[in-house]
Amino acid sequence: MSLTPDSVPRLPRGVRLRHDTVRNAHVLLAPERTFDLDQNAVAVLSLVDGARSIRAIAEALSQQYEVDRAVIEPDVVTMLDGLLLKRVLETVPAA
Amino acid sequence: MNAVTPASFPALPAPIGLLAELTHRCPLRCPYCSNPLELDRRSAELDTATWQRVLAEAAGLGVLHVHLSGGEPTARQDIVDITRTCAELGLYSNLITSGVAGALDKLDALYDVGLDHVQLSVQAVEAANAERIGGLKNAQPQKFAFAERVTALGLPLTLNAVIHRGNIAEVPALIDLAVRLGAKRLEVAHTQYYGWAYVNRAALMPAKADVDRSIRTVEEARERLKGQLVIDLVVPDYYAKYPKACAGGWGRRLMNVTPTGKVLPCHAAETIPGLAFWHVQDHALAEIWADSPAFRAYRGTDWMQEPCRSCDRREKDWGGCRCQALALAGDAAATDPACSLSPLHGKVQALAIAESALETAPDYQYRTIGGAPRAAVPEGAPV
Repeated sequence: MSLTPDSVPRLPRGVRLRHDTVRNAHVLLAPERTFDLDQNAVAVLSLVDGARSIRAIAEALSQQYEVDRAVIEPDVVTMLDGLLLKRVLETVPAA
Repeated sequence: MNAVTPASFPALPAPIGLLAELTHRCPLRCPYCSNPLELDRRSAELDTATWQRVLAEAAGLGVLHVHLSGGEPTARQDIVDITRTCAELGLYSNLITSGVAGALDKLDALYDVGLDHVQLSVQAVEAANAERIGGLKNAQPQKFAFAERVTALGLPLTLNAVIHRGNIAEVPALIDLAVRLGAKRLEVAHTQYYGWAYVNRAALMPAKADVDRSIRTVEEARERLKGQLVIDLVVPDYYAKYPKACAGGWGRRLMNVTPTGKVLPCHAAETIPGLAFWHVQDHALAEIWADSPAFRAYRGTDWMQEPCRSCDRREKDWGGCRCQALALAGDAAATDPACSLSPLHGKVQALAIAESALETAPDYQYRTIGGAPRAAVPEGAPV
């Protein structure tokens, strides 16, 4: 079970993206753990809303950063696959 | 942040987690309970407004996770209000519960006010064994009903199983149970021998061969259940090579507030004589974190003796557990004897092997409010 460009990811209940004002950093809060996020991860997760597909996320990033979508998309899949494996990401079931 | 950055700790990081021990009351009587032997009574517990102030101070200080614990946190009438306050402050709320008595009745309301995560204790899979360990009849069906409701609501569920001689054979079954109940995480936590577990050590200590088998079982299951169940493993200290970083290092990541408002660097810290703990009634949390004598006592590495002082691992495991050093070495500033570099390590292992080899395990001394055992030390301690 891994993601494809058509997958629509979302953060499940109990996983939250938050800006930590004390440390001035974004963190992903999850059961019994906190993930420190780099800028790329924040950019991706800010677009994870349970509506956009990974393709749409990559498209948005490609416009934002003026990079070819085909370059970005595999990286987005890999990053989100990692979170899926840790059970802090889920996909919206296909309608 | 200046208020929490005293000169002697120029890079004092803010705490990540707050363990809120809301009450010591609990319907279970587990013989390995991490609460102190002297349990606080209801009449001495902090009121709702004080807890809410503490939570607001924690959020301001940089705490991200709040562990609502006890005792049984749902025994508090105001557990829903306290959880709502966490949500309003952006704090991640983790309910650490036995799932029995009134817990199920309050669960939907907790969900509604924004509870983030539930950690449910299980004593064993087999009901009679589980209820013998927890000291409460009819607990098991209540726990299973509670777990079902957690997952039905869509809340993430972690099962926590404290492992010892009386349930170590059930580790494979515990993994199956976690999958069956729809848990996302399972904590296979070998007993930490402080507090009640220290008193009951001879009844709880598993054999080394069983420990090794349980670790192999977990490793195999992690592979098999990848993406389905995350399994955290806490290995037993007495058979370990290196000690655990207690609470991620003393005064580095965690604060623990007791039911009466005492603030501790770890839940067992009160066993160390001579440490002065400050109360939330007298000081702001930020001030306690920075300046309380108890937090400063073993923060960093300046207090260390050899072999810790010159050890490469001193900022990895921070010398291990101070309470265990006190209990086993008679000196809270000694190297944790769980470490293979401690001169006492061989004795500690021999003790574990001898206790686990007892043909019949001694009876449990169950956790009881007002019933702390008179001789609160196993025979032969310190080793």
